[in-house]
Amino acid sequence: MGDTMFGDLTAVRDGLKDVDYLADDGIASVVFLAEKLGKPVLIEGPAGTGKTELAKSVAAMSKARLIRLQCYEGLDEAKALYEWNYKKQLLRIQADRGSETSSEDWTELQDDIFNDEFLLTRPLLEAISAEEKIVLLIDEVDRVEVETEALLLEILSDYQVSIPELGTIEANQIPLVFLTSNNTRELSEALKRRCLFLHIDYPQLEREKEIVLTKVEGISDNLAEQVARIVRSIRQIELKKSPSVSETLDWARTLVLLGVQSIDVEQAKESLHILLKYQSDIEKTAKELTVEG
Amino acid sequence: MLDLMSGFVVELRNAGLPVSLTENLDAMEAVKHIPIEDRAAFKYALAATLVKNEQHWKAFETVFEVYFSLRGPEYNVLDEDGEIDEDSLEEWMSQQMRGMGGQGSAEDMSPEEIAEMLFRALMNADEAMMAAMARAAVTQFAGMEPGRPVGGTYYLYRTLRNLDLDGMMDRLMEEAQQRSDGDMTPLQERLEREEFENRIEDLKREIEAEIRRRLVADRGAEAMAKTLRKPLPEDVDFMHASREEMANIRKAIQPLTRKLAARLARKRKHKRKGPLDFRATVRQSLSYGGVPAEPRFRNPRPNKPELVVVADISGSVAAFARFTLHLVYALQNQFSKVRSFVFIDGLDEVTHMFQDEEDITNAVHRVNTEADVVWVDGHSDYGHAFGVFWENFGSEINSKSTVMFLGDARNNYHATNAWVVKETAKKARSVFWLNPEPKSYWDTGDSVITEYATHTDGVFECRNLRQLEGFVDNLA
Ligand SMILES: Nc1ncnc2c1ncn2[C@@H]1O[C@H](COP(=O)(O)OP(=O)(O)O)[C@@H](O)[C@H]1O
Ligand SMILES: [Mg+2]
Repeated sequence: MGDTMFGDLTAVRDGLKDVDYLADDGIASVVFLAEKLGKPVLIEGPAGTGKTELAKSVAAMSKARLIRLQCYEGLDEAKALYEWNYKKQLLRIQADRGSETSSEDWTELQDDIFNDEFLLTRPLLEAISAEEKIVLLIDEVDRVEVETEALLLEILSDYQVSIPELGTIEANQIPLVFLTSNNTRELSEALKRRCLFLHIDYPQLEREKEIVLTKVEGISDNLAEQVARIVRSIRQIELKKSPSVSETLDWARTLVLLGVQSIDVEQAKESLHILLKYQSDIEKTAKELTVEG
Repeated sequence: MLDLMSGFVVELRNAGLPVSLTENLDAMEAVKHIPIEDRAAFKYALAATLVKNEQHWKAFETVFEVYFSLRGPEYNVLDEDGEIDEDSLEEWMSQQMRGMGGQGSAEDMSPEEIAEMLFRALMNADEAMMAAMARAAVTQFAGMEPGRPVGGTYYLYRTLRNLDLDGMMDRLMEEAQQRSDGDMTPLQERLEREEFENRIEDLKREIEAEIRRRLVADRGAEAMAKTLRKPLPEDVDFMHASREEMANIRKAIQPLTRKLAARLARKRKHKRKGPLDFRATVRQSLSYGGVPAEPRFRNPRPNKPELVVVADISGSVAAFARFTLHLVYALQNQFSKVRSFVFIDGLDEVTHMFQDEEDITNAVHRVNTEADVVWVDGHSDYGHAFGVFWENFGSEINSKSTVMFLGDARNNYHATNAWVVKETAKKARSVFWLNPEPKSYWDTGDSVITEYATHTDGVFECRNLRQLEGFVDNLA
């Protein structure tokens, strides 16, 4: 690993800012450390707080190729690691049977159909066999079953894959790995021990305002400040689902489109459905905002 | 550094954090890359290697503050081994006394002057000034003396009492009103107030940190850490949880119920094979030249198990019931069928209250006000409540049901009707009992837990999240 890939902490923070990602002390330190120690980072936190975006931004800032493995219930080795293209293999066998020279013996044919040409490379294998710098994003890892989690752990421990028919493929470079989790399920202790841990929560007021200013075109400093303050206020109400950063951004964009200069209660209430998903949350919040603090 | 780090890790373990050997080594490696002077980064780097559970962050932070607060450029009074360096300590103390350099010593400032400076600092969100005033306030008001065996809360209380922060809040709001020519909308006023509340919270934290630093300087890190030790969220007793702790517990319940549902579903899964997996079978066949020699099967779709919860919500378990209702609410989302019942001396079904209400607070409120759970006098009568349960709902228990009883089995010396549990167990897939009392109290006084327990698949002490999780894990 290049020892100076990220320079120092400030370089990480500035580098992320250059690609429009606003990091706080915690985020910057962990990214910096991950590269220094060559360890994967497990990012946990509520939805929409910039976990996925962080991995993408690190790739962008370090000019690495991003490889993403999106997890879902039922994701298995064949979709995560590799799979033999059996349709193509069958065709090959068929073709072989039909041809004149079918005297070819089975071992030879087997060698033939179990090689690179028939291998479907999935994200994990792709990340390991890549020649260039890689950021590997294993997104929403809490969705996979325990068995697949164990497979991930194995790969992240050895950075090698063994394919019975082909042999072992070792990584040329250790990719920078980010796993994200919305914490719908406890991950195994072993996986957590292997990783650096980063909890990303809703941002502090100042950072959220910065995010809004960076990501929402044409917004005034004053409006961004108000947006951030109102969102912070709403997050203090006990709701089924608090507004996330992505919802803050959607709301801010809407307000800009509507030409709002300064938010009053009515405008806030009318556009609450952009910030909040549940009707009961919208009603509760509308009521709260109307009464004086 | 080595000694300091190992003392630090020992204390984390004493505080209950599960730090493994690998993690300890990772931490040692991490601190090589981040200078201790960069305190925020240093702290996050250590946390990333040592704390793998967000719920443990607070405990970590406390220990960190104790072990590292007297290091770094401002307060360099600990030497390499974490021992107090008397010379620097003296210098630091006298700096504290002098308060803010240049403007006269903190000793000389009158309480009014401190209040005035603080007001301005809060108004302008001047962090440096706020920190300086926090130090001055501690020097002036806390009345700290070396060697006194008093805890930090006592000093904090004395300092805050003298600062009159409520009065400060009013002044800040008045000033804000004036600056906007008195035409703030209620919304603006709310936001302004919240902003000031936040700054005041920051100030309080700064004061607390300052007191802690002085206590550490006086007593040493180890002793200080020991006094500050608190149970981790998973060890907080449901019965004695504060509001804040309860909120944490609620957050942690959701993933736990999901795990419970998964565990119960998995138990079924092993029993039979699923349908033929065509693709996998063909893929496998390639090793045999296209002959499907080894058929492959899909995992069977796990059946969503059905859950029946019967919960005591009487006075003796009031605090537990608060937790129970949240548990039931969370469970409702994880199981295809959940039926919930609550009882005191009468019993009522409350399933619909949880289903109708999107908001948990409303649901709990409805249970507490609408559920018909009093039969005679509102003192626990398990026997009668179970009788009602069997009579009205016993016929609906079947081999898919998992039944969970929640309660302390304190029956006021009434008849137990334990046969209800026995009959339930005969029909149901499994029956568990979670008891919020410490094991040593079971079967003492009017507790008849064993009479019920003998008919169940297990009774578990369930006073905190760790035990609840243990119960769930043991189901596998
Ligand atoms: N720190 C940040 N800087 C810039 N944009 C951010 C930041 N945090 C969140 N966002 C924005 O919020 C949205 C949601 O982020 P995402 O990474 O998808 O959330 P998550 O993966 O945590 O659910 C994205 O549009 C992203 O651009
Ligand atoms: Mg995401």
